[in-house]
Amino acid sequence: MLRNAIRTGLLCAMLCAGLCAGLATIPASADVAQPVARDPQLEARVTALTQELRCLVCQNQTIADSHADLAIDLKNQVREKLAQGQSEKEITDYMVQRYGDFVLYRPPMKSTTWLLWIGPFLILFCGIAVLARMIANRRVAVDAMPEQDMQHAAALLAEVPEKKETP
Amino acid sequence: MKRVLLSLLPLAGFLLLAWFLMVGLHRDPRAIPSPLVGKPAPAFVLSQLKAPEKNFSPQEMQGKVWLLNVWASWCVACREEHPVLLDFSRLGIVPIMGLNYKDGRSDGVNLLRQFGDPYNLSAFDGDGRVGIDYGVYGVPETFVIDKHGVIRYKQTGPITPEVINKTLLPLIRELNNA
Repeated sequence: MLRNAIRTGLLCAMLCAGLCAGLATIPASADVAQPVARDPQLEARVTALTQELRCLVCQNQTIADSHADLAIDLKNQVREKLAQGQSEKEITDYMVQRYGDFVLYRPPMKSTTWLLWIGPFLILFCGIAVLARMIANRRVAVDAMPEQDMQHAAALLAEVPEKKETP
Repeated sequence: MKRVLLSLLPLAGFLLLAWFLMVGLHRDPRAIPSPLVGKPAPAFVLSQLKAPEKNFSPQEMQGKVWLLNVWASWCVACREEHPVLLDFSRLGIVPIMGLNYKDGRSDGVNLLRQFGDPYNLSAFDGDGRVGIDYGVYGVPETFVIDKHGVIRYKQTGPITPEVINKTLLPLIRELNNA
């Protein structure tokens, strides 16, 4: 009984960890201070792109959110390059060339990152599989009650109403 | 036996996760592998810090193993690094070029005057454009560049005597012999 309880507890911990890891890969969209825009359309593109780029000084912020010196410089570079007519892809490549994949808030799917992407789902799947097995086993255990016990139980149940009549 | 093994499975999974998290605790999140290692050092032409009329370009260092040290007068960790770099420069093993990053020209010059100048020369990168090309995000940073102008190593954060002895000196020796 105790062993079952421990097992269930561990299983829950594993599922939670899997879920948390999964959720952590989804970037939270925080409020961004609106920049003074000369060209709102360009500014929207700058904001959209810089929200995908990590600030290297304060690593849990995007370049859009951060007020670090380097983030402001990089934001200006993004704005300049977009104004020059460069595409979002070209600018992202430019950043990756200098700072590595780390600068991307969405790591690319690569041989080195597939575990990162599918790992949480893998853990979740394993958890569900184990849970399903455990439930299935439990049902079999109930069905497999020995005939003798069943008769004994039936007899006990049959006694109940008689006892009620004699106060 | 099978049941026991099966019941240990979640525990094993938990321990695996705990191990990953524990390893994560001991890793420096600021040490990001630079994609520039193994690539040619980005070209630039900048004016020299102390002699604004003269320029410096990495091209001039072709055929030599050299260090590019990114520093600034406002950078606290650079102060910590400064005496180490001074001692190292006195040995005269490699040319040390400075990149004065996002600094005021007079601030940079004053710092060198006050604490000594470990650099053969410093290039002045006032707006930090060259810094961005080198992927600078945490001053001080140091690049080891080989005879062909290829970046072989990048150190983020201050150079310590340990870094010099364990990493820089063996690497410089190897590159000089190549």
